[in-house]
Amino acid sequence: MIRVELPANLRTLAGVGREVQLQVDGPITQRTVLDALEAEYPMLRGTVRDARTKKRRPMLRFYACEEDLSDESLDAPLPEPVTAGREPYLIVGAIAGG
Amino acid sequence: MTTVRLLVGTHKGAFVLTSDERRKDWKIEGPHFAGWDVYHVNASPAEPNRLYASTSRGWFGQVIQRSDDGGATWQPVGNEFHYEGTPGTHKWYDNTDHPWDFLRVWHLEPSLTDPETVYAGVEDAALFKSTNGGTSWEELPGLRTHKTAPSWAPGAGGLCLHTIILDPTNPDRIITAISSAGSFRSDDRGETWRPINHGLRSSYIPDPDAEIGHCVHHLAMHPSRPNVLFMQKHWDVMRSDDAGDSWHEVSGNLPTDFGFAIDVHAHEPETIYVVPITSDSDHFVPDGKLRVYRSRTGGNEWEPLTKGLPQKDCYVNVLRDAMAVDSAESCGVYFGTTGGQLYASADSGDSWTAIARDLPAVLSVQVQTLA
Repeated sequence: MIRVELPANLRTLAGVGREVQLQVDGPITQRTVLDALEAEYPMLRGTVRDARTKKRRPMLRFYACEEDLSDESLDAPLPEPVTAGREPYLIVGAIAGG
Repeated sequence: MTTVRLLVGTHKGAFVLTSDERRKDWKIEGPHFAGWDVYHVNASPAEPNRLYASTSRGWFGQVIQRSDDGGATWQPVGNEFHYEGTPGTHKWYDNTDHPWDFLRVWHLEPSLTDPETVYAGVEDAALFKSTNGGTSWEELPGLRTHKTAPSWAPGAGGLCLHTIILDPTNPDRIITAISSAGSFRSDDRGETWRPINHGLRSSYIPDPDAEIGHCVHHLAMHPSRPNVLFMQKHWDVMRSDDAGDSWHEVSGNLPTDFGFAIDVHAHEPETIYVVPITSDSDHFVPDGKLRVYRSRTGGNEWEPLTKGLPQKDCYVNVLRDAMAVDSAESCGVYFGTTGGQLYASADSGDSWTAIARDLPAVLSVQVQTLA
C-alpha cells in the first residue's frame, strides 16, 4: 500500500486522518498515486491538481524521502521507500499567511 | 412552532444557529468545513433543508458542499467551474488586460421553485448555474461576454459577482451586481444582459456617470415589490423604482454613505437597513460606534439603532452578504462582523443582542424562518 499524507484542509474535506493508504496498480509514479487518490476520494478532485489540466495547484508541493518532487516528471518512478510503503508521499500546503 | 435558523459563513468554517420564535436562546452548531473560507451558505426556498455552501481556500480551490438535512451533515458536490469558450480578458488593477481566471464562488442563490437548481456568482465575475443540485455547473456566458466586459476592473476584493436577485413575479428576470463593473439585468433567464446603472455617480472613475465601472457593493429587494431595488454602493445608498432602469440617491442624513450591507424589512417594504462604514481605507464603523441605520421611508431619513450594540472602542466591519432578515411576525434582523460577533434583533432593529461573540470573521449571514 502507498501511504499519502494530506494537508489539514484536505483531511477535513475527505473526512480522513493525516495519512491515507492507497492500492496502486502498475507503475508507482506521482501520476498514478494522485490518480488513485482522486479515485478513492473523489471530493479531492481539483483540490490538488487542476481538474482539467492536471497541473499541480500553485501553493502545493509534493515531497518524499526528504526530496522535493514537485517539479519532477509525474511519470518517473517514486523512491523505493515510498513504493515499499515505508515512507509516505507528502502533499504539502505552502506555509503562507503568517 | 416557528424555528429560526441562521446560516453563517466565516473565514474559518460555517456555523448553523437555531432558535425558537422568541429568538433569545440559540443553539450553535459548527464549525462545519473548519479551516475553509465559507463565503456563503444559502437555503433552497423550495426545500428548506436543502442547503448549499461555498467553501474555498487559496491552496485548494473551490468546493461546493450540499446538505439535505438542514446543515447537520454535508457532502461535497461539484467543484468544476469552467468559463464557456475562450474567456478573453478584463482590466487588471494597473489597467493592463488580464485573462479571466476562476478563483471562487462568492454567492449562491437557489432557485425559488426547484431545489436542484442553484445559481453561483463567481470571481472573476461570471454567473454559473447548476440544475442537478450542484453536481455540475454551466456558465450563463451572456453576462461575461457582454460588450463592456473587457473594460471591467476589479474592486479591492477582486472582480466578483456577489449579488444575485431572482424576481419572484417574473421567472425571466435575474439581477446581478459586480464589483466594480456595476449592476446588470437579464429579462430572458440569463441569456442576455444589460447594464442598469443610470443615475449612479462614482467620482473614482474618469466619467462619473459612465455606463459601467461602478463599485456596487450590494443590492436588496422586497419580494412584494420586485421593481423597487435598494443599493449600497461604494459611496452612496441608492434606490430604483423601475427595476434598475434608473437610480436616485437616498443617503440622506447617514453619517457616511459608504458601506457594504443593505437589507429590507420582511413586512415593511419601505423599511431598510444599512451599516455605515468609514472609508477610504479605514473600513470600520465611524467613531468607534457600531450603529445600524434604519429608514422607514425608503431612504433619505435615517435613524441610528444602538441599543445593545457597542458604542465605544468598536472597530469592526460588516461585509456585503453579512446581514439578513427573518420573516417572523416581529421581523428579526441579523448581522455578523469581521470581529466575529453575530448580532440579532427580534424587534425590527429596536434592540440588539450578541448571540455569538467570538466566531471567526463573518463573511455571510442568511436566515430561514421555518414553520
